[in-house]
Amino acid sequence: MGIIEYIQLVFSDYTLRTITLGTAILGAVTGMLGSFAVLRKQSLLGDAISHAALPGIALAFLLTGAKDSNVLLIGALISGLIGTLWIRGITRRTHLKSDTALGLILSIFFGFGILLLTYIQKLPDANQAGLDKYLFGQAATLVESDVWLMALVTGLSLVVLLLFWKEFKILLFDKDYAQTLGFNTKFIDFLITTFIVLAIVLGLQTVGVILMSAMLLAPAAAARQWTNSLGMMVFLAAIFGASAGVFGTAISATQNNLSTGPVIVLVASVFVLVSFIFSPNRGLLFKRIRLIKNRNDLELQKTLSFMYHIVEDHDDISHPHAIRILNNFRGYSRKGLRKLVDKNYVKLEGDMWRMTPKGFAVAKNLYNQNGKND
Amino acid sequence: MTDAQIEIQLIASLVAVACAIPGTFLVLRKMAMISDAISHSILPGLVVGFFLTQDLNSPWLILFAAITGVLTVVLVEKIQQTKLVKEDTAIGLVFPALFSIGVIMIAQYANDVHLDVDAVLLGELAFAPFDRVYYGDMDLGPKSLWVIGSILVLTLILLFAFFKELKMSTFDAGLATSLGFSPIVIHYGLMSVASVTTVGAFDAVGAILVVALMIAPAASAYLLTTNLKKMIGLACFFGVFSAISGYWMANILDASIAGSIATMLGLVFLMVYLFAPSKGFFAVLYREKQQRREVSLITFLLHLKNHIEIEERHVNHLNEHINWQKVRSKTILSLAQKNNMISISNDVVSLTEKGEEFTSKAIEYILTNEDSLIEDMKEDFFLFRG
Repeated sequence: MGIIEYIQLVFSDYTLRTITLGTAILGAVTGMLGSFAVLRKQSLLGDAISHAALPGIALAFLLTGAKDSNVLLIGALISGLIGTLWIRGITRRTHLKSDTALGLILSIFFGFGILLLTYIQKLPDANQAGLDKYLFGQAATLVESDVWLMALVTGLSLVVLLLFWKEFKILLFDKDYAQTLGFNTKFIDFLITTFIVLAIVLGLQTVGVILMSAMLLAPAAAARQWTNSLGMMVFLAAIFGASAGVFGTAISATQNNLSTGPVIVLVASVFVLVSFIFSPNRGLLFKRIRLIKNRNDLELQKTLSFMYHIVEDHDDISHPHAIRILNNFRGYSRKGLRKLVDKNYVKLEGDMWRMTPKGFAVAKNLYNQNGKND
Repeated sequence: MTDAQIEIQLIASLVAVACAIPGTFLVLRKMAMISDAISHSILPGLVVGFFLTQDLNSPWLILFAAITGVLTVVLVEKIQQTKLVKEDTAIGLVFPALFSIGVIMIAQYANDVHLDVDAVLLGELAFAPFDRVYYGDMDLGPKSLWVIGSILVLTLILLFAFFKELKMSTFDAGLATSLGFSPIVIHYGLMSVASVTTVGAFDAVGAILVVALMIAPAASAYLLTTNLKKMIGLACFFGVFSAISGYWMANILDASIAGSIATMLGLVFLMVYLFAPSKGFFAVLYREKQQRREVSLITFLLHLKNHIEIEERHVNHLNEHINWQKVRSKTILSLAQKNNMISISNDVVSLTEKGEEFTSKAIEYILTNEDSLIEDMKEDFFLFRG
């Protein structure tokens, strides 16, 4: 299937349009809220919450018998919040560290969820088909009302984000200061955690409990590499998340046997990888290039100053010297010498070199104007 | 009990012990989430290993998957070293990506073989007794019993051989290094054991529930003791207890054994969390209340010492002056009286000799700023605590 054909299909085919729209919105909202999770050093909280939501889904089904995804999501929301609060309680009241609390809640809630799911499966009259889609997610089961719900939550969180922008920002970067200014940090904290839980719960149907945490982290981690401004980061994360959703859906729709959730996660991971390597300021590639360039510059300067010390003792600064004597000096290379010649600091004559007045002047002031030198 | 039931419980108990030992160290070294990462990311290793060996129980497959687990740890550490993201973000980025690769690989290539994601994630202990090892015609018992048994023996040997090194590098990495134990070797040794255990146990309890068996018993034990040996012992006990009781719960409910074991682990932790003698929820709550009262008492006594005037020491005045509610002032007053710190005559409160002595000492301690000594003083002077 060609790209153009696929794009046409996205607009004409109901299922494909719903899924594409759904994953795009989901990616945007998780990326947006994930930025806060990443900056608050709560990256793994998302993992714990998404696992903790599973028993809520099963219990909601057991209690109401409804397969309506909204009812199940409310169950997921409640048990996700309970898990979060318990993690808080463990880290605050005992000496167990947050990683233990996260792993503990994650695995225990998930295990309990599995117990309930298998129990439901063996109930005689239960029409439970479709509950295990929450494990790995099934984007294909998205219907228009789900997408509307996602859009609603996204709009709501956008409004809250804009309303409380200043508060969120100050809480993120300086909690104590926020407290001294008289902000109700507990409330803001609760607000932001609730929205993170909400975003996770929304994604369960599409991506599943196991991979949901990546949807929260990956776009935000990628966005972080490109900017130092919170607003820009949230915006970029939303874009990255949405594109991961769209591209992931496209790839999985055009191939056989590829479930959407893992593909979206992989696309988002590729974004992270690309950002890690190619981002201009923090990226590994440019960091490496800068490092090499600095090292070369330094060695050039060292060579020049070595020459300067030889030349210094002579009355005539342009007195020729043998290239050979440079060989003893670490950091000297033929390439470096050629560069010095190019800059007209040094002149070569056969096996000899001599310093030009220009080179002498530069070398003399090398350490005075280190910054200005090129 | 049938033979199969006994065998299942035996396997579950062995898995529990094999997980509890490395789990204790993971919890102590604040690396609990690493076990979660390993348990997810062994999936691609398992799939590739399965393509190569075509046998789910081959030792090579286990080795291959375990190497993937260690590679995950290395990858996480490499990402951390770039300082582009925080440590926990690195974990959260690596394992979903690897897990996704595994899921896609299974869906693409291994659809028709006995290797599905559910089995890897959730395990099925109930089927374990049917896959048996034969030597000639002799039945040697279930295969997973042998697999997990050998892993446990290996873990125990390593534990006894390197207990001192493990203990030291866990609690004081600096000292361990200066004494010549390489922290890197111990770190990767532990990671390897955790990986091998995770892989060995995935067959029985599933990869995610391995995390429960590693962390929950150790976390419960950590709330009960600060002695490493006792902690390992308690963790093993909790693990085995949950394994066996979990099995019977699953039997009654006719549900997943692994899920049921995890639920039991959760219940055990909840009980310990609430009722642990000194670190439990209620104990901490009680202690906080006690401390609050004792601080009030000291404040009150200091107030008395500062004021010789009768009107400042009148019972009603105290209510207004220190701004306490009626009930609270009453408890503090009676506590002070019980401890023979004050005497009340005509509704005027005055310090007794003992009270005088206590307050002068208290002031001294506050001036020298050694707060910890206050606790000893409380021990010396208080007949009744708050």
